[in-house]
Amino acid sequence: MTANNTRTASVHDYKEVLLGITGKDFTLIAASKAAMRGATVLKATDDKTRQLNKHTLMAFSGEAGDTVQFAEYIQANSQLYTMRNETDLLPSAVAHFVRGELASSLRSRKPYNVNLLLGGLDPITHKPALYWIDYLAALAPVPYAAHGYAQYYCLSILDKHHHPDITLVQGIKILNMCTDELKRRMPIDFKGMTVKAVTKDGVIDIEFDDDKIVKSA
Amino acid sequence: MDSLVSRYSRPAYEENEVAFRDEEQQDLELMGAAPPLSLKFAMPPIAQPSSWLRAATDDRSNPDCPIKIAHGTTTLAFRFQGGIIVATDSRATAGNWIASQTVKKVIEINSVLLGTMAGGAADCQYWLAWLGMQCRLHELRHKRRISVAAASKILANLVYNYKGMGLSMGTMCAGVTKEEGPALYYVDSDGTRLAGNLFCVGSGQTFAYGVLDAEYRYDLSDEEAVELGRRSILAATHRDAYSGGFINLYHVKEAGWVKLGFEDTNPIFWKTKLEKGEFTNVTADLN
Repeated sequence: MTANNTRTASVHDYKEVLLGITGKDFTLIAASKAAMRGATVLKATDDKTRQLNKHTLMAFSGEAGDTVQFAEYIQANSQLYTMRNETDLLPSAVAHFVRGELASSLRSRKPYNVNLLLGGLDPITHKPALYWIDYLAALAPVPYAAHGYAQYYCLSILDKHHHPDITLVQGIKILNMCTDELKRRMPIDFKGMTVKAVTKDGVIDIEFDDDKIVKSA
Repeated sequence: MDSLVSRYSRPAYEENEVAFRDEEQQDLELMGAAPPLSLKFAMPPIAQPSSWLRAATDDRSNPDCPIKIAHGTTTLAFRFQGGIIVATDSRATAGNWIASQTVKKVIEINSVLLGTMAGGAADCQYWLAWLGMQCRLHELRHKRRISVAAASKILANLVYNYKGMGLSMGTMCAGVTKEEGPALYYVDSDGTRLAGNLFCVGSGQTFAYGVLDAEYRYDLSDEEAVELGRRSILAATHRDAYSGGFINLYHVKEAGWVKLGFEDTNPIFWKTKLEKGEFTNVTADLN
């Protein structure tokens, strides 16, 4: 036991990759598989996502411990809502609930240091939704999003290649352009991506080729 | 004796004020590629000029630093089947202040050689102009054009001499010569010098790389290559606060470089958005 139990100021791990893309009738969420602590990769098959209800999925990055704690707290409360009311919260409602929880945590003695992407689909209109939320509880509805260093490499690609009416196959193709660029230019190995899509049938796992070697120009 | 010595010796930084220099010394200076560095510049009269400079200019460690160096840029150059495309933005920033939107970040060293500027505006402007002079001197001495490899190495050696003294520059030398064909070199103030097919330099480099890498091929047509260069700079000016203004475009061909334009980004952005449906995150609705 230490006498002085002050927490050091959290250093965000910008090397963690979170990506989100919406399309005509789906939302794609991708998160890097590497669980890193300092200079070590502890696990190369980590899943940084949690399903909140049938049509919402949340990806998270940030301080070790906080991430999973916060995500599972949100997951449990979303599921509690579903059980009590026999209906799911819509993605926008979940997003604002998450933002509220993060905002009140931010002003507490020990705030959660978590960045989030919340993807979903309206089960009736089949309209996709994607929310970018950072650890300061800023919330923005966006057509595509990224967290960490991935923002620097991928947003310009998405600016150019994203259109609101793309199909899931086209979405995966654009996601591949993004991960190819990360493999090409990021100096660390993020061990590939777990990719999931929210569709009218719920959350589905997407097969994603992590072993492809990308050659630089 | 000590008093005599102290009367006639002075610190190095005052040395260049000596009016008389014998001819041999002057000849040596003209002939040598690298100038005699310690005598050329007046140093601040303090013990550690380099650490003093760092304390006064390093924005990152000290946001209240008294001197804000002009930083922040996007420049790119890539080799392809038809030569080399060189493109830059035109914004100069000093801290959060946009100092200029009409900077020329491509220096025309001679009719076949171009240099790009990123980093400290003064450092780049001065040393690339100086490089232009060295290239001309090389021409006069050897009766033939300097190679891109040699030109970039003169610059690399020069900045290496000043390593750790606060120079800040990231440059590319692009050009064609008979011996080399189209050649592209990256040189920065750490002393790194790399030959390559494709480089983006500056605070907006990652955004430019994103667009450029995704569609770059060596066998791009001239039109495709020019458009890709333009679109990559546009991507960077859109996402990087320290890049913007105009897109400066050059094409280095076999006969030498051709300037293709200095175009305002704003109309290009809206044209790209409205005609191609890109930048879908930019919306007018208030939800």
